[in-house]
Amino acid sequence: MSVLEASGLVIDVPGREDGQPLDFAIEPGQLWGVLGPNGAGKTTLLHTMAGLRAPRRGQVLLDGTSLARLRRRHLAQALGVVFQERQDGFPATVSETVLIGRHPFLSPWQQEGTEDLRLAEEAMARLELEDLAERLVSQLSGGERQRVAIATTLTQSPRLWLADEPTNHLDLRHQVAVMTLLAEQARNGRGVLLCVHDLNLAARWCDHLLLLYPDGDACWGAAQDMLVPDALERLYDQPLMVAEINSARVFVPSN
Amino acid sequence: MAATEPTPTAWSSARRIRRLPLVLLIVVALASLLVAVGVGSVTISPQSLWSVLMGQGDPLYRTLIFELRLPRALAAFGTGGLLAVAGALMQVLLRNPLADPYVLGVSGGAAVAALAAMLVGLGGIAVSGSAFVGALVSTLLVFGLAHGTGSWTPTRLLLTGVVVAAGWGAMITFMLSVGPTEQLPGMLYWLMGDLAYSRGPWPALGLLAVTWLVLMPLARSLNVLARGPLQAAALGVAVRSLEGAVYVMASLLTAVAVTTAGSIAFIGLVVPHMLRLVWGNDQRVILPASILAGGTLLTLADTLARTLIAPEQLPVGVITALLGVPTFLYLLYRSR
Repeated sequence: MSVLEASGLVIDVPGREDGQPLDFAIEPGQLWGVLGPNGAGKTTLLHTMAGLRAPRRGQVLLDGTSLARLRRRHLAQALGVVFQERQDGFPATVSETVLIGRHPFLSPWQQEGTEDLRLAEEAMARLELEDLAERLVSQLSGGERQRVAIATTLTQSPRLWLADEPTNHLDLRHQVAVMTLLAEQARNGRGVLLCVHDLNLAARWCDHLLLLYPDGDACWGAAQDMLVPDALERLYDQPLMVAEINSARVFVPSN
Repeated sequence: MAATEPTPTAWSSARRIRRLPLVLLIVVALASLLVAVGVGSVTISPQSLWSVLMGQGDPLYRTLIFELRLPRALAAFGTGGLLAVAGALMQVLLRNPLADPYVLGVSGGAAVAALAAMLVGLGGIAVSGSAFVGALVSTLLVFGLAHGTGSWTPTRLLLTGVVVAAGWGAMITFMLSVGPTEQLPGMLYWLMGDLAYSRGPWPALGLLAVTWLVLMPLARSLNVLARGPLQAAALGVAVRSLEGAVYVMASLLTAVAVTTAGSIAFIGLVVPHMLRLVWGNDQRVILPASILAGGTLLTLADTLARTLIAPEQLPVGVITALLGVPTFLYLLYRSR
């Protein structure tokens, strides 16, 4: 079990004031959601938490050690990232792509073993990709590719998940399936941080929320304390209506 | 318990196939060397070839084979292997199947530097060293200019490469014009590539063997790198140092290939492309297969160049360009 902690963290968004330094920790079992309008720095925050971007100030700590002092390979054994944008310059099949999730655990001369293949197969089954296993990723739809990316990280089986809009391009059923998967990862003692656009997905699944304002301001805490209509309306600069369905709060934009 | 065994179908067959391409290519490579040694102005029958290889046979044939044809065939094989694997590496580095040492002007840069060294009276190792520096500078120039502030878009990269290559071509022509006339025939091959002037196969073959050993443990990391630098970093690849190593290696391979046989076109483009069509893009297969298939292709192309209009010889670069240009155009057409 691992803890990923932001300590006095200011992310480097070009041309923006420092704003509020972030101090929060993703503990085992927690599912954090990052909410914010376009351009607020959600992806930058996620990349900084993954050690892929240097922070402007402060640091990110994995189990007390600054990411800057850790080797990438060591980091990749603990921390998995689902990216929003993906490159595929060369053709690759779904099964090949999912299997590269095992890369951080294999030594240079080692081939993928039975256990690696089993993890990849389970991940593909979990995301309903078995029938696509031998298809080329470049020929899949956006939603199918999104599931391939999540299956890759599931194969990596990290103690901490950082997912950039993991429900992007997914149909409703797969949105629910992916959120259920992430919640289940958290229940099994892993930490999860995800960027989301859908307030209602966040409200239903996240136990902690971080609101990122475009001016660099931020607030964070337990989900029920953060889901205040006033704060959310200021966040998105959009009036909201709140309804209650089966004792769950639902947010709908009003005009 | 049952869940611990993965279904044997797709996985294990895919893994077993991995060795087959290499075995197949080794057989084809040996066959191509035999053809290259047997065919020419004097055709040597398989029986005489066998007896010579067994240490007997006609002394004339022995001289012909061991002192003329075999060194040249091995030089062709080494050069082809180097160029093909240099191309495959550049393609991973740039995530673009159109990258190739000749197209991107790397060969041209190496040739210019080698020629310049020869013109000022240097020889041997200094010429090779100069070619290496020329290749590095040329790569740096093309990658740096094409990268600019954004990423390596195919169009920018290719345009930069083509223009830089044209510049090197002009400089080669210039140096050939001002160079001493008696050296001219020996220098012309820098323009097109010709194995008739190669000086021994051993640097190329030696480097090829080292390359194989160095690349095999890196191949899986290169697979991950082919999916973009961010994804690679997230999966534990030290992207910067790997990219730096690949860049230096590709330049070194090109430089040695160019000093062996001049700037031969398109091997680095054609070979990895064909292999990817058949065996997918796993670098653990593609890189060693490029070495073998590139060597085979250039050995056969050089045999053709020697025999096609015998007793005259063609520069082998003509043959490879005739193969490479259609492949390149097809790739460009398909990529859009």
